Amino acid sequence: MSIGHTLLGLLEGGPRHGYDLKRAFDERFGHDRPLHYGQVYSTMSRLLKNGLVEVDGIEHGGGPERKRYAITDAGITDVEHWLTQPEKPEPYLQSVLYTKVVIALLTGRDAADLLDVQRAEHLRLMRDLTQRKRGGDLSDQLICDHALFHLEADLRWLELTAARLGQLAKAVRS
Amino acid sequence: MSGQEAPGAPAEEPRARVSVARWAADLAMGGRFAVTGGRESWARTIMTAVGVGLGVALLLLASSVPTMYQQRNERGDARSALSFGDEVKPGPDTLRLANAGTTYRDQDINGMVMAPDGKGTPPVPPGIDRIPAAGEMWVSPALKDLLGSDEGKLLRDRFPYRTIGVIGDSGLSGPAELTYYAGISQKAFGHVNSQYHIDHWGTEKQGKDEPLDPALLLLIIVGCVVLLLPVLIFIATAARFGGERRDRRLAALRLVGADIHMTRRIAAGESLFGSLLGLAVGTGLFLLAREIIGSIEIWDISFFTSDIVPSAPLALVIAAAVPASAVVVTLIALRGIAIEPLGVVRNAKPKRRRLWWRLLLPLLGMALLLPLAGGFGAGSGGGNMKAYQAAAGAVLLLIGITALLPWVVEAVVERFGGRGSVPWQLATRRLQLSSGTASRAVSGITVAVAGAIALQMLFASVGAQDREDTGQDPNRAQLIANVPVSDGDQARDAFARYRATKGVRDLLGVTEDYVSDVRHSKDDPTSVPEEAITVADCPTLREVVRITSCRNGDVFLVDSPSYYGEEGGFAKPGAQVNLAYRDDRTPDLRQKKLWTIPRSATKVKPRQDPTGSERTGIFATPGAFDIADLPDPGASAMIRLDPKVPDGVEYVRNTSAALSPAMDVMRLTSTSQSDEFQVIRKALFIGATATLLLIGASMIVTTLEQLRERKRLLSVLVAFGTRRTTLSWSVLWQTAVPVVLGLALSIAGGLALGVMLLKMVGQPLAVDWTGLGTMTGVGGGVILLVTLVSLPPLWRMMRPEGLRTE
Amino acid sequence: MTPTGSLLIATSLHKTYGHTPALDGADFSIHPGEVVAVMGPSGSGKSTLLHCLAGIVKPDSGSVHYNGRELTAMSDTERSGLRRGEFGFVFQFGQLVPELSCVENVALPLRLNGTKRKEAETRASAWMERLEVADVAHKRPGEVSGGQGQRVAVARSLVTGPRVLFADEPTGALDSLNGERVMELLTEAARESRTAVVLVTHEARVAAYSDREVVVRDGKARDMAGVR
Repeated sequence: MSIGHTLLGLLEGGPRHGYDLKRAFDERFGHDRPLHYGQVYSTMSRLLKNGLVEVDGIEHGGGPERKRYAITDAGITDVEHWLTQPEKPEPYLQSVLYTKVVIALLTGRDAADLLDVQRAEHLRLMRDLTQRKRGGDLSDQLICDHALFHLEADLRWLELTAARLGQLAKAVRS
Repeated sequence: MSGQEAPGAPAEEPRARVSVARWAADLAMGGRFAVTGGRESWARTIMTAVGVGLGVALLLLASSVPTMYQQRNERGDARSALSFGDEVKPGPDTLRLANAGTTYRDQDINGMVMAPDGKGTPPVPPGIDRIPAAGEMWVSPALKDLLGSDEGKLLRDRFPYRTIGVIGDSGLSGPAELTYYAGISQKAFGHVNSQYHIDHWGTEKQGKDEPLDPALLLLIIVGCVVLLLPVLIFIATAARFGGERRDRRLAALRLVGADIHMTRRIAAGESLFGSLLGLAVGTGLFLLAREIIGSIEIWDISFFTSDIVPSAPLALVIAAAVPASAVVVTLIALRGIAIEPLGVVRNAKPKRRRLWWRLLLPLLGMALLLPLAGGFGAGSGGGNMKAYQAAAGAVLLLIGITALLPWVVEAVVERFGGRGSVPWQLATRRLQLSSGTASRAVSGITVAVAGAIALQMLFASVGAQDREDTGQDPNRAQLIANVPVSDGDQARDAFARYRATKGVRDLLGVTEDYVSDVRHSKDDPTSVPEEAITVADCPTLREVVRITSCRNGDVFLVDSPSYYGEEGGFAKPGAQVNLAYRDDRTPDLRQKKLWTIPRSATKVKPRQDPTGSERTGIFATPGAFDIADLPDPGASAMIRLDPKVPDGVEYVRNTSAALSPAMDVMRLTSTSQSDEFQVIRKALFIGATATLLLIGASMIVTTLEQLRERKRLLSVLVAFGTRRTTLSWSVLWQTAVPVVLGLALSIAGGLALGVMLLKMVGQPLAVDWTGLGTMTGVGGGVILLVTLVSLPPLWRMMRPEGLRTE
Repeated sequence: MTPTGSLLIATSLHKTYGHTPALDGADFSIHPGEVVAVMGPSGSGKSTLLHCLAGIVKPDSGSVHYNGRELTAMSDTERSGLRRGEFGFVFQFGQLVPELSCVENVALPLRLNGTKRKEAETRASAWMERLEVADVAHKRPGEVSGGQGQRVAVARSLVTGPRVLFADEPTGALDSLNGERVMELLTEAARESRTAVVLVTHEARVAAYSDREVVVRDGKARDMAGVR
């Protein structure tokens, strides 16, 4: 995820302090990993340097100084460009699981067992995500669904592979 | 197609040709689907074909009735000895003839005894080669078989003739008819009461142009409607068999690009094929039934197989109307649903049935019938117009009841607001969703039962009146045999022979004849008053007149009430009477033979004799009057039988045969019911039962179809733990509700029509409860039958295997 | 895993249809209030396992214990009674009686058990409210959407307060949004009433509503909780 573009997008609504930015980010996108303040600080200084944001004002209080950032026209163009550019689909061609299965087959280990273990693990995660989805709001649900669909895809692959293990073993060993 | 080649051309003609070709192609495609659509469509086609076939066979039989009737009548006319002209005088080419019919157990045997009057060529009846000489006889094949069988052993004694041949078909009304022609001597005719001479056989086509009795015409038309309308309804139902699955198949066709019109034409083609096959099946069934009918005998009536030929115009109408109506029914059935590419959409809320026109039909019928009250009484004229009006009224009333049924079923079923037990709820909700299917199935019942009830009422009332009349007392005597005798010795001899007959317990013998006044009547100078004279011993006289004391030599007189007007009887004590008669049995006043009634003769009151009649005139004991003086005496033996001797009647008849070739023996019964009415009532009952069974069959098909369609649902209900009985009861209710409603409606309509018919013929109102009860019973039987037949498949479908098919 | 405290236990079930073995020594157990997903490729014997567990089908051999009673030894009438009283069922489709209204469909199991119509329909209405289909109570199944129909079916399966709910691909005919809502309502309601759920599905996201899953392969059931 591009944190720079996300923070820029959040600034488009109006100037904010760095701390506000972090809070807004965490609220919407930081379910698993909240941003470190340092991360915000370093990103903002990079954006400042590139002329995509400007400092709108500085508050001097008891604690550390607090800068208010505002987005520049160049910044708006940049967000625009980012949003209209499609993300490159993940090709998933390098799969650890596939590698593990082949190695297991080559070394004469139980590949079916491996797949079952993996399957149980996947489902365990899916169960957790489903649980979380039930308690959460719409954004929780959408995020969890995204993950669930990916996991489901993996799981389908696991099932398909389990059904074709014999075939694969023959191909690998020949 | 050609439209594409000339896109701009608005030509009407080619378009018409195209659409005809389309029609033909689509119909043919439908026909192909009917055969090649796999097991399912085969099953559907066969169901339709068998259903239509049953109906067609019945229609063909019905259309053969006119031919059968005509053929029988023609043969009957050809051998009739009736002549409407002047009495035939004996001549060289005439035949002396007497009826010599008899009864053997419960079978009637027709017979004629004959003797040529001269040396010429007497007429020969149809079916035989020559007049039998005295002591010879021709017999029908059935009589020949009967005489040759063990069963006919006793009958053989009755015919003292040598069989010289078998009567040909042209001389018989039907193959099972029992009849004979026997030759006797001229002298033997002296022992025959009623005889005549003929110079030819056959009546001129006398009755042909005579209009049918209007009442009879009315009965025939109503009878036809009652029996044939349900058949038509059944054919229409059969054309719909398997319709729902066919619709799904058509939906699949829509998916690959068929338009709505095309699917309709294809469906029509399927029905057309099914009904054409039905025509073939029906013809086959008809031919089969024809053979069967040719070999059986119903109520003493049998038909030659060759007589059972459908009338050509009627057969053509059947051949054209049955497939046409199948197509029309299919198109009408498809009107209510939309076959979409993704499935069949039944119009969620079908149009509410309208009441007004349904009520209009029976009301119109009533309006036609009401003015006819009393219109068909004896002697009231009016002719055919009245009959057609009445028939139209009756038909409208019956059809109106049928039209009313779907509305009633819908209206009643709507009121069942889901209350009641689970089976009841399932059944009523099902009916609410598709009351049309249910009422269609039972609508045939309505016509059949309503018509049957109305006609039964009519016949029961007519029959009941008929029954009151006989007045005979079988406790006093069971048989009465009449034998012509020439003198007292013969009479005594005859009585003695009867008394000696096996099975006779007791006998009252009277000898009777007529005597006349010695002068012509004052009122009518051409005629001479006559009185009956009865000669019998005292015990016998006590049975026929009210006397307190009687000794041999006594004479009694009974006045005939007002028979001679104010003049009173001429038979008075001391009066002279004339015993001389001419050959033609008119009093001979020129050569009078006088007898004086003794002055001691007493006037007494009459008493009903065992035959129920009151004798009048002169009653003399043998000591007072010698039978030998009578010109043409007849001996009448009233016979009491020993109930322990079986076939006593037959022995008496055999004795009679030995005494007189005409063997005039009558059986006495306290009540008599006209046989025809019995036959018609039975026929009606059988017809109505057959209709109910036919309808039951179509209900079974619909029920099974519906069950098969919900195989999966049934399995789910089983998974739930639904009991078999629950679903069985729901099938029962589902059948029972429409049938009960149909029966209720038809009882109401039948009673209404029956009352009208009774009013028309001027009969007292009487409800034939037995008929009503029987019809209701049969209706209940049909409900049970449909349920019972549906149960095994239902239970088979209630197995969990149904859950597996997906 | 241990069968102690289990509500329903099946051991070494065998069932053959014709020549194809559907179950070949399958074991299964479920605790009260537990939701167990039965997964596996189509034709693996999932549905047959469910049918045997529910006493709809008698296995050729093996035993099914429910609450200490041997199901395979019971008569058809007894098993029917058990299904009426203690089990509930949801199938993929075609399970609602088309001519009955939705509320009458839901009330049907109660009525089969002899409950009076009024009371049965009151209880049915309450369940329909819980499953958010109270508004279609008086419509016929043909007039409601697939999701609503399935929720009506779930309401019907729970209305008798069953100890075990058998659900065979309950979302199979629904889109994912409707399917998930049905699963949410089903599992929530089942958990609240401590009803055990045997959930046959081939969809992992549906199985994710379970507490644990069992995979049926070649007629044998494998408990995935035992893996690792």
